[in-house]
Formats: sequence, structure tokens, C-alpha cells
Amino acid sequence: MSIAIRHISKQFGAFQALDDVSIDIPSGELVALLGPSGCGKTTLLRIIAGLDFADRGQIVLDGDDASARHVRERRVGFVFQHYALFRHMTIADNVAFGLRVKPRRERPAEADIKRRVKRLLELVQLDWLADRYPSQLSGGQRQRIALARALAVEPKVLLLDEPFGALDAKVRKELRRWLRQLHDEIHVTSVFVTHDQEEALEVSDRVVVINRGKVEQIGTPESVYDHPATPFVANFLGSVNLFHGRVEDGHLHLGEHALVLGADGGSEGKAVAFVRPHEFDIVPGWGAGGGLPATIVRVVSVGPSAQIELSRLDGELIEVTIARDTFHSLGLSEGDQVSLRPRHIRVFQAEALAA
Amino acid sequence: MSTSIALHAGSLERDESASTREPAWVKGVLISVALSFFAVFLLLPLGTVFAEALRKGWGAYLAALVNRDAWDAIKLTLITAAIAVPLNLVFGVAAAWSIAKFEFPGKRLLITFIDLPFSVSPVISGLIFVLLFGAQGWFGPWLQEHDIQIIFAVPGIVLATIFVTFPFVARELIPLMEAQGSEEEEAAVVLGASGWQVFWYTTLPNIKWGLLYGVILCNARAMGEFGAVSVVSGHIRGQTNTMPLYVEILYNEYNYAAAFAVASLLALLAIVTLALKTLVERQTRRPLQEITEPSGE
Repeated sequence: MSIAIRHISKQFGAFQALDDVSIDIPSGELVALLGPSGCGKTTLLRIIAGLDFADRGQIVLDGDDASARHVRERRVGFVFQHYALFRHMTIADNVAFGLRVKPRRERPAEADIKRRVKRLLELVQLDWLADRYPSQLSGGQRQRIALARALAVEPKVLLLDEPFGALDAKVRKELRRWLRQLHDEIHVTSVFVTHDQEEALEVSDRVVVINRGKVEQIGTPESVYDHPATPFVANFLGSVNLFHGRVEDGHLHLGEHALVLGADGGSEGKAVAFVRPHEFDIVPGWGAGGGLPATIVRVVSVGPSAQIELSRLDGELIEVTIARDTFHSLGLSEGDQVSLRPRHIRVFQAEALAA
Repeated sequence: MSTSIALHAGSLERDESASTREPAWVKGVLISVALSFFAVFLLLPLGTVFAEALRKGWGAYLAALVNRDAWDAIKLTLITAAIAVPLNLVFGVAAAWSIAKFEFPGKRLLITFIDLPFSVSPVISGLIFVLLFGAQGWFGPWLQEHDIQIIFAVPGIVLATIFVTFPFVARELIPLMEAQGSEEEEAAVVLGASGWQVFWYTTLPNIKWGLLYGVILCNARAMGEFGAVSVVSGHIRGQTNTMPLYVEILYNEYNYAAAFAVASLLALLAIVTLALKTLVERQTRRPLQEITEPSGE
């Protein structure tokens, strides 16, 4: 089922949680709402579910305006950050809940319910826990049960609020891979909220980046990472180095140094530029061929890459990541003077950052 | 409840680290002070009640309980509790629900004023109703015109009892429901449960032990209340005498054995209440621990 979010605005007192948000989510997609905490992403998810109501705008589910429809009638599955399992019920009863509270006419027979619960527990690979209580399960297991419970009523849309937020790093990685596989299996339109950019990029078909109640960018993980539309997106997705300078005749001027810009150099005037740590080449010595002069402050070379912290002449720090082998072949160490050559610079007009 | 639970939890988790361990004599003095205080001020009076009640033998004891006036007092006490406790149960759940789950104007005021019956002297509680419904009270003339008797009659006793026992259930549930939040209810609604199903299948199971605990305390107070009821009762034997009032009348008539016999029933009620309270407390502690227990792997 497709979801269309049309001009949704929501205010809490004086706080503008959502400001004219419009997103189209095609049927069967797995979409991440990504943004810093307090950006309004959870509020948007709750409005889609019907747990909150927008001040203005429409939620259109499968072509029908569902804005006024009660949460009970929206046929959505919702997975809460803190699982919200019924703590006094067994796992099997938790999963069966959505089926058992149906009006008598629609309610499946008890044997049928049992069969479906068993199938769902097998789907989340936890059928051996059917008779336990939620408090006896680990966080990761609880979240999978919460997912099974949400799927029991065969929702048209699955909404997940920071589904892995309360889990530790290792379990989180496992679970998000598992969620991706599950989605490929059942293909229900899914929206999940996260503040973790890595999670959003790894799991979703498309990412919606939200900041201060507004949509900054919508696109595939690749496109939002490689072609950020706004300084916020560039800054929020992965680590970046930030430069303030001026653009003049195809060059970015940083103090007395100038870096060559590509064809999409941007308009002239005051500008901010972003370069990701892995988009630098390092050349030993200062002034060799027009790079940015810097001094190596610290090197961490653990794993396949070397993280190098450098200090520009004016004292600002730059982070650079290059392959460990490349770094070693350069024969550099802490305190050495080098020139940095960005392979790719993203330039935004300075006003864009302030906005 | 919160205080008694804290005490329990504290005693369970107490660790005797060297830095906080007292010398033996301090320990000895403290324990003997506590125990002797307990013996003199709690155990001795309780023992006296039963000793005095049985001083003239079982025959007199039973005779004091099986006469008409005693029976009327017991009946009135039971009727009063039977009305006051369910009403306060409904009110308590409604108040706790609205305070824990909704934001509304007057919420802070409600939270503060729920405690009013605890902080005001029971005599004042009784007087309030006399001033409202008594012959010279605000509604007195109107009530007289319509031939409705509230003060010096059963309705007054019930009203005073409701007022005095009003906070027990609500006080018990508010912290419990606030701690539990409304995520489970939301989950139930998303899964298609109706309002009634949400209450019955998710809210009630989570609060049932706290609720029972509140009801037990509420009942004990409803049956034992003296001050407020005394003011509005008028002490008409066989009509407006509850057990505590009847005890006083017998005592004032120097009928000690009978007074203590009826008092022993109230003391028994107290002991049963304590036993139930301990049992229920054991149950309430479990879900509370589950809430505070850190989630995760």
C-alpha cells in the first residue's frame, strides 16, 4: 500500500514539530526517516499511524484520505522503540493479541490463531520462546516479537520507531540486516525512524532526511550520500570537513590558498565547502602543486585504513582517511608537513548554511 | 505504598560495607530501642484489647457481640464500606487514569487536592458535611423541605467515609500508572483493540495488584474511621452507630468487656488487613521491578 504525506504541519505549543512536510512512499518500499533527535521524525511516524493528528495536511493511504481515520482502522503495524510488549502475557499471547481483539465476525478460530502465531514466531525465528514472558527475553528478541505481533494483523503498512535504538551495537547490526531480509521476503510498505545515518543508509531503499520539521532531501542512500542537496545533509550523513571561503573564477579561496573546483563549482561569492575524509589525497611537503598545507597531528592506523588528524596553518583541524598501505608507502609520521588535495569538493553558498 | 516498597527494597539490597557498619553496641542499642518501642506501643495495646475482651470469659465476649445493638453497628459499618469502597475504587481509577495519561487544565490542582482528606483533621471533614447539609447548613432548608435527612443519618456517615477514604486508591495508582506510561495501551490500540479491550487486557492487568492494595487500605480506613463519622452520626443506637462509635458508647457506659469485645473485631480486621497487605505487596513489587529493570541484552 502506498503512502502519500501531503503538506503535514504539526505544532506543540510554540514548537513547530513539522512544517509543511510532503513525502510519497510507493508500495513495497522500505523508507528511512533520518534526522537528529527532536527533528520531528517520530511525530511524523505517529501521525502516519494515527497515534497523533496533524494540524494541517493529509495522510493518504492507498489513494484514500486517511487523515480522519482512527488508528484502529488504518491497518498499520507499529513497532515501538521500547517494544511495548504486554508484560503480563506470554510471547504467544502477545503475538495473538491483534487477532483475539477482532470483532467476533472477523475473528479467526482459536486453532487458526494458534497456527498463525506459530508461523509468525517461525518467521522471526523465535518459536521456541512461545511460552515465555517478555521480561525473560533479551532486547533483540523482544524487538523481533514486537515485529511479529505487529505483522499478525497483516498490516498494509509497517511503521517502526527507532526499532534498534535501545539495543547495543552488535545486536543492532544483526537485526538491521535481518530486517532488510525480512522486508525482501514480505514486501510490506515500511517506514522506519532513525537518527543513525549508517542504519538508514544500509537498510533502506530510500532515505528521507528531516531537520527541524522540514524535509531536507529525499533519495536513494547513494544519492543522498554522494549528492547532498543541502549543507545539513552533507554534514549529517557521515563525517565531513567544513571550510569557509570564497568562490572566485572556478577556485575556492581559503585565506591565501586556493583549491580548484570542478565544473559544478557553484556561484561566486561567500561559500561553505564540504570534503569527506576519504576524498583527500596527501602529498608530502608544503606548496607542492597547489594543495592545502597542513601538519599531521595524530595518526590512528588500525584496520584497513589510517585516520589522520591534521592541523591547517590557522589551527583548524581536518580529518583525512586513506588506505593504510598508501599511508605507509608515503613514509609520513606525526609532525610532518603535507599538502592536502581534495578530489571532490561540495560547495554551498554561505547563506544556505545559515538557513 | 511507595514508601513501604522503598523500605522493602532497601532491606533487600542493603549491603554491609565496612564504611557504614556500626559498632556492635550501637547496633544493640538501636535494635533494642526499636523492639521495646514496638512492644510497648504496638504489641501491648493490641494484646490488651484481646485480654480485656476476654476478661469475663468467652460467654460474655460472645454475648457482647451477638446482641442487637452490636449487630446493627457491624451491619452499618459493612454497609458504609460496601458503598464507600466501590465508589472510591471507580473514582481512584478515573483520577489516576486522567492524571497519568492526559494533560488537562487543573491537573496539578487535582493532584494536590487528592491528598486533602489525608492532611485535614477527620473532625473537620465531618464538620464540612454538617455545615453543608446540617439543619443550619447551606443546603439544610432545601433538604428539610424535601424531607431528606443526611446529617445524623446513614447518608451523612457514608459521605464522610467517602471523603476520608477518597485518596487511597488514587494515590496508589497514580505513580504506578505514570511509571508504566501509555506505550502498551498505544500498542493495543494500533493492534485494533477497542477502548474497553485496552483497559481490560492491558491497563487492568498492569495495575491490578496496586489497585487491590489501595482497596484493602481504603476498606480498612472506611471500617475504622471514627472522627469524621462521629461528627455527622448523632450516635443513635441501632441506627447511626458504626463499630468505632459503638465502642466509644460502650466504653463511656463503663461496659469495658463489651467495648473491648467489639474493639477486638476491629483489631482483627486490622491484622487481616496487614496480612493481605503484605501478600499483595509481594505481588506489586514484581511488576515494579520489571519496569525499572534495564532493557537490552
